[in-house]
Amino acid sequence: MHKWPKRLLLGSTALLSASLPAMAGEPVSPTKLWNEIWQDVLYDMLFIGLPFALAAIYFLIRYRAKHPGQVGEPVRMNAAATWGWIIIPCALFLADDLLLFGKGWTLWNVQRVVPANALEIKVNAVRWSFQFDYGNGVTDSELVVPVGQPIVLRMTAKEDPSGDVIHSFGLVDFRLKEDLIPGRVTYLWFIADKPQETRVNCMEFCGTGHGQMSTPVRAVSKEEYQQWLAKHKSASAGTVQVASASLGGTASK
Amino acid sequence: MTTASLDYAPPKSGGIASWIFTTDHKRVGILYLIGSVAAFVVAGLMAIGIRIEQFNPGESGLMQYFVGDFGKSMTTPDAYNTALYFHGAAMILGFLIPGLTGFAANYLVPTMIGAKDVAFPRINALSVWLFWAGIILALLTFVIPDKPDIMWTGYAPYSVLSPGNTAFYVFTVHLIGFSSILGAVNFITTIVYMRAPGMGWNQLNMFVWSVLTGLTIQLIFVPVLAAAVTLLLLDKYAGTGFFDVSRGGDPMLYENLFWFYSHPAVYVIFLPAMGLIYDIVATQAKKAIFNYKAAVYGGMCGLVVISGEVWIHHLYVAGMPNWLRIGMTLTTLLISIPVGLMVLSLWGTLYKGAITFNVSMMYAALCLILVLLGGLTGIPLAIASITVHLARTSWVHAHFHFIMGLFATYAVFASVYHWFPAMTGRSADNGIAKLGFWLNLIGSQVTFWPLFLIGVEGMPRRYWDYSEMGDHVAYFTQMHHIATLGAAITAGGILLMIVSWVYAAIAGRKVERNPWGSKSLEWTHASYPIGAGNFPEPVTVTADWTPYNYAK
Repeated sequence: MHKWPKRLLLGSTALLSASLPAMAGEPVSPTKLWNEIWQDVLYDMLFIGLPFALAAIYFLIRYRAKHPGQVGEPVRMNAAATWGWIIIPCALFLADDLLLFGKGWTLWNVQRVVPANALEIKVNAVRWSFQFDYGNGVTDSELVVPVGQPIVLRMTAKEDPSGDVIHSFGLVDFRLKEDLIPGRVTYLWFIADKPQETRVNCMEFCGTGHGQMSTPVRAVSKEEYQQWLAKHKSASAGTVQVASASLGGTASK
Repeated sequence: MTTASLDYAPPKSGGIASWIFTTDHKRVGILYLIGSVAAFVVAGLMAIGIRIEQFNPGESGLMQYFVGDFGKSMTTPDAYNTALYFHGAAMILGFLIPGLTGFAANYLVPTMIGAKDVAFPRINALSVWLFWAGIILALLTFVIPDKPDIMWTGYAPYSVLSPGNTAFYVFTVHLIGFSSILGAVNFITTIVYMRAPGMGWNQLNMFVWSVLTGLTIQLIFVPVLAAAVTLLLLDKYAGTGFFDVSRGGDPMLYENLFWFYSHPAVYVIFLPAMGLIYDIVATQAKKAIFNYKAAVYGGMCGLVVISGEVWIHHLYVAGMPNWLRIGMTLTTLLISIPVGLMVLSLWGTLYKGAITFNVSMMYAALCLILVLLGGLTGIPLAIASITVHLARTSWVHAHFHFIMGLFATYAVFASVYHWFPAMTGRSADNGIAKLGFWLNLIGSQVTFWPLFLIGVEGMPRRYWDYSEMGDHVAYFTQMHHIATLGAAITAGGILLMIVSWVYAAIAGRKVERNPWGSKSLEWTHASYPIGAGNFPEPVTVTADWTPYNYAK
C-alpha cells in the first residue's frame, strides 16, 4: 500500500513537523528523502493533471458543433456561483500549494542542516576540474568518502589560471547539487549508505570543457578510507593548497 | 491623440519603401512576423544541430557547419555552445516576444478595440526598425570569428572572461529591449485611450487584456535586464568590476538582475499566448469566456502582481540564503492560483460549446494539453528542495520547452491560421497545414518526453557530450535517439506549415468575410481583408456588446 493518501490527510501537519527530522538522532539521508518526496510530487502532478486532461479531451469531443451556425449554450451564473468558481478552486490550489510547501520544507531542512558529526572536505573548482582538500595536507582530484559518514563539502571557485567562473557540483546519483561561486563558500552535505562508485559533473555552464568536467566519487568502507587517506597523506605532503573556507584569498587576477 | 493615425495613413501598397517606411500597424505587424519567423527558422536550425550532436555521445563532426564555420576552425564544444546561445537568445528575444507582442499585438489590438491605428504610429515604426536591427546584429553571429558562446543568460563572470564577442549579445538585447519598451508604451496608451466609444474594461477581448498585462510587466522589468547587460558590457570592455570578486564585485548580482527580469519575461510570453488561445477557443466554440472577470482580474492581473516575487527559483542551487530559497518556494507555488483561474476559465469556455475544428482550433486544442503539461512539470521546479536535483537537468529544459517552445509557439501558429483570412482574404486551412499540424503534434511529444525521463536521472543541460555520465550513458543515448527523431518530425511539420502559409498567401482559397462567425470587431466591423484605416465607419459599441456574445 502506498503511503501517499495518508500523507495527503496529514498534509496540514507537515508544516508543523518540518523541523523534526533534523533534531532526530540518526541523520536522515537527503538522497533517500528526495526520492520519497519526489514520488509524492509525481502523484500530486497526476492528481491535478489527470482531471484537467480528461475534462479537456471530453469537452473537445463531446461539444463538437453538430451543424454549421450552431452556437454554444450560454452558461449563466449568479453571483454565488461566480464567486464559488473563484473561491473554491483558489482554496484547493492553495491547500495543494501548502501541502507541497510543507513537504518541500521538510526535505529542505534535511538538505540544509548539516549533521554535527559531518566530515568536512573542501572543494575548489577551476576550468575544468574539481580539487578536493581533505585536510592535513591531503588533496586529490577524486572524491573518496567513508560509507555511513555524513560528508559536508565547503565549496568555492578560485585560483583558476584563466579566471574564476561559476561551476556547479552535480551529484546526480545523490540527488544533490550546489554551485561553486567565486567569492563565496557554499555547502552541501550527503551520506553514502553503501559502497558505490559514481561521478560528480559540472552543472553550470563554464565554457569549452563544461561537458567533460567530471570526476569519480567513491564511497568505501571506513577502513579503506583510512588506508586511502594515510597513503595520500604521505604522497601529497606539502603540495598545492586548494580550496580554503576564507573569503580573503579569492583574488584571481 | 486619435487624429495621429490619420496623419500617417499607410502609403500606397507595393514597393519595398512603402513597407520599410510604413507606419500602418498591420504592416508593422507583418514585418514583425517575417522577422520573428526568420529568427525562428535559424534558431530552429540550431536546435536540429543540437539534437544531431546529442544523438550519440562523442563528436558528430557536423556542429561547426551549423554555425557557419565551414573551415572547421572551431572545436565541437565551442560550435555547440554558439548554436545553443543563438537558439535560446533568438527563440526568446527574436521569436517569442516579438511574435506575440510585435506581430499579434500590432495586428490585433487596434482592430479588436475599434481603433484606426496605434497611439504613436511613428514610434511603432521605430520599434520594428530597432527589432530588425537587433535581428541583423544577432545573425552576424554566423559571420564574425569570435562568436558569442555565453548562452541566452550571459552569466558573469564567464561572459566577461569568454573569448566570444559578448558585445553582440549586449547590443542585441539593447536594441530589442528598446524596441520592446517603445512597443509597451505604445500599446498600453492605445488600449487605455483609443478603445471604441462605449467599450468598457469588461468588454475587451481576452487577447487585449493579455497584451495590456503582459506589456505592463515588460515596461516594469526590461530596464532591469538592460541595466544588467550594460554592467556586463562595462565589465568586459571598460574594465569595471561589478561582477569581479577581486575588486569588490559579485557575480550573483548579475544572476539576480537577470532573473528579476527574465522570470517575469516568461509571463510576457505566456500571457499573450494565453490571450490568443482564449480568443481562438471562444470563437471556434461560439462561447463566451467562462468567468471572465476571474480570469482577467484574478488570473492575468494576479500574475502581474506575483511575477516579480519569484525569481529566486532560478537560483535555487546558486548559493542564495537558505531562508530566501524556501521563502520563494512558497511564492512560486502560489503562481498556481492565478494560472489555475485562467486554466479553469479556458476549460469552462469549452463546456457546452459548439466547437468547429479548423486548423487554428486544432492547434488551440493541442495548446490546452501543452499548457497543462508545461504547468504541471513546473510544480517540482517550484520546490527548492526538489529542484536541488532537477536544476540544470533536461527536466528543466523539457519543462520550459512545453510552456514556451510548444505552448506559446503553437499559440503563435494558431493565431496565424485563425486571422489569416482577416489579413489576406484567403484561408490557410489546407491539407498541407493539417499534415503539418499532425507532424508538429507527434514530433513535439516524441522530442520532449524522453528529456523529462533522462532529466530525472540527471542528464545535464548544455552538454554537447554526455559520455562522462558514468552508468547513465546507455540510457541517455537511447532517449537522445528518440528525441532527435522527434526533432526531425517537428522540422517536417514546421516546413509544411510555412509552405501552407506561403501557398495560401499567393493562391489560397478565397473565403467570405468572417468565415469563423466571430463576434469580435476585427471580423464584424473592420474592412475585409482589413485595409487602410481598419474601419470604414467609426465604431461605437453598446453596453451589452461583448466580443463573445454568441448566444445573444
